[in-house]
Amino acid sequence: MEALVAIAIGVLTGTGVFLMLRARTFPVLLGLTLLSYAVNLFLFVTGRVVVASAPLTDLGLATYPDPIPQALVLTAIVIGFGMTALLVVLALRALRDTGGDHVDGGER
Amino acid sequence: MTHLVMLPILLPLIAGSVLLLAEKLDAGSRRAIALAATLALLPVALLLLERVGDGTHLVYALGDWAPPFGIVLVADRLAVAMLLLTAVVAVASLVYASAGDDARGPQYHALFQFQLLGINGAFLTGDLFNLFVFFEVLLIASYALLLHGLGARRVGAAMHVVVLNLIGSALFLFAVGTLYGVTGTLNLADLARVMPLLGPDVAPLARSGALLLLGVFALKAALLPLGFWLPRAYAAATGATAALFAVLTKVGVYAILRVYPLVFGPGAGEVANVAAAWVLPAALVTLAFGALGVLAAQTLRTMAGWMVVYSVGTLLVAVGLFTETGYAAAVYYTAHSTLASAVLFLLADLIARQRTAAGDRLDTADVMPHVTLLGGLFFVTAVTVAGLPPLSGFVGKLMVLEAAQSSSSAIVSWPVLLVAALVVIVAAARAGSALFWRTAPGPAAGQAAPLDRRSVGAVAGLLACVFGLVIWGGAATSFAWETARQMADPSGYVSAVLGEGGGVHEQRRSLR
Repeated sequence: MEALVAIAIGVLTGTGVFLMLRARTFPVLLGLTLLSYAVNLFLFVTGRVVVASAPLTDLGLATYPDPIPQALVLTAIVIGFGMTALLVVLALRALRDTGGDHVDGGER
Repeated sequence: MTHLVMLPILLPLIAGSVLLLAEKLDAGSRRAIALAATLALLPVALLLLERVGDGTHLVYALGDWAPPFGIVLVADRLAVAMLLLTAVVAVASLVYASAGDDARGPQYHALFQFQLLGINGAFLTGDLFNLFVFFEVLLIASYALLLHGLGARRVGAAMHVVVLNLIGSALFLFAVGTLYGVTGTLNLADLARVMPLLGPDVAPLARSGALLLLGVFALKAALLPLGFWLPRAYAAATGATAALFAVLTKVGVYAILRVYPLVFGPGAGEVANVAAAWVLPAALVTLAFGALGVLAAQTLRTMAGWMVVYSVGTLLVAVGLFTETGYAAAVYYTAHSTLASAVLFLLADLIARQRTAAGDRLDTADVMPHVTLLGGLFFVTAVTVAGLPPLSGFVGKLMVLEAAQSSSSAIVSWPVLLVAALVVIVAAARAGSALFWRTAPGPAAGQAAPLDRRSVGAVAGLLACVFGLVIWGGAATSFAWETARQMADPSGYVSAVLGEGGGVHEQRRSLR
């Protein structure tokens, strides 16, 4: 299970970094989104992977997942979503104002 | 008055929300609300300064959740000094913007308050994840402020800033996650308590988390090679916004000053002094590049942007020593360089308006109106930023040199510091003569906007603070020394937050 999650995080990060190195705003945006998915998944498993159990201590369970990363990841999702929305608007505005979707503005 | 610690966050939050809703109000009333809320930060910061002056840490547990489970706000000397500095620069910047810049786009004042909310929160928080949240608050407000007034140049510059900072945020979360995975806590005091207990099996993970975090802070502080975004972005922003942004880079420096001596200090066992090998070399490169950038700048605004890079370099030379003398120099130099950069941005904007055709290009133009007043202000500002006696730049630079002297790196850092200072003096002199003396004969352009009293007042007020740093230099330096002493001994911070023998709940530790 750990290996599967680790591979997923690696693939998401690698794809995200590859896309972020493109010169057009849309691939960069997609890359950032993938990177933020990787981050969210990574944060989620920092409390260790626990299968088939609830993050509650008073059920008398032998093992239970750490609830704090779940709270952290919620915050990170909300912030990441807001930032992505801002970047979409900014990219559209740059397309209109500079006449192109190159990250340095204009059509290169 | 235990809630006093909360006020620097609550005031801008309430004022910003009111301003957001009060869209129907006329511009004058909105300005008045914004100015009142910003002015109120000054007495709050002074009251806090009085409280923490004897070395106490004011700890405020949000929702009364006891640390390390809840989030705490901690006010100590360093945090309160930064709050006061922010309040001073914010008042000047807002007064300057009230001369007309605030009307160039919607919701300027609300965004300004949210920016202050993020900055003040980042200074006060005692929790690593909460620091991330406040970073995001201040960043999203700064993107909007940077775009204020729009234009292709600003949109292009903002695109770079936003993308870079989003990558920075992702790395911040990776670092936070790594540290949490290793230690099971995010409270700074608790991290400081747990760090020495880490075994050699997990220490490399903690070290990589710490260095990743340093990369993020270096990006915010514009430490090279991660700082090339800054000059273009700051030069594109309006003058008042750029002046406030002078504080923004210092948030990155503050984060380094807060986290590394406390959590990864000499007592941190396997991960002790993890940042020491990296900060100083990067700072020296930043310093050298910043000075070259100042010399190469074609416009006054770009020059001011590179001046920020240069001052961050100088500042981090002091920080990178990770000694008590270094911290003292860093605290004093932070106050000086923030005020000086803010003045330079405001003045550059003021001068660009007067030279209608040439703008802020360092080029031959007609004699500008009010040349005596602006020339005088520029002269004093240049003396400050170049670090010439008798102003605070000289005192600050002297403290940095003195701190660097005792380290073995002095053989590199002294020449770099001194040559860079000379280069900046030459650049400032060249800029001044180009702006004020190299004038084309002929009638002066008459259509320049009349000099607004508020704009000049904001510049003069900030300059008065620079003078204050010298006139009350004894008090300022002794405060810097006491702050440094507090930072060099993190045990006071840890016991103030956790009480005696507190820490992560044993049940949760058993998960690891």
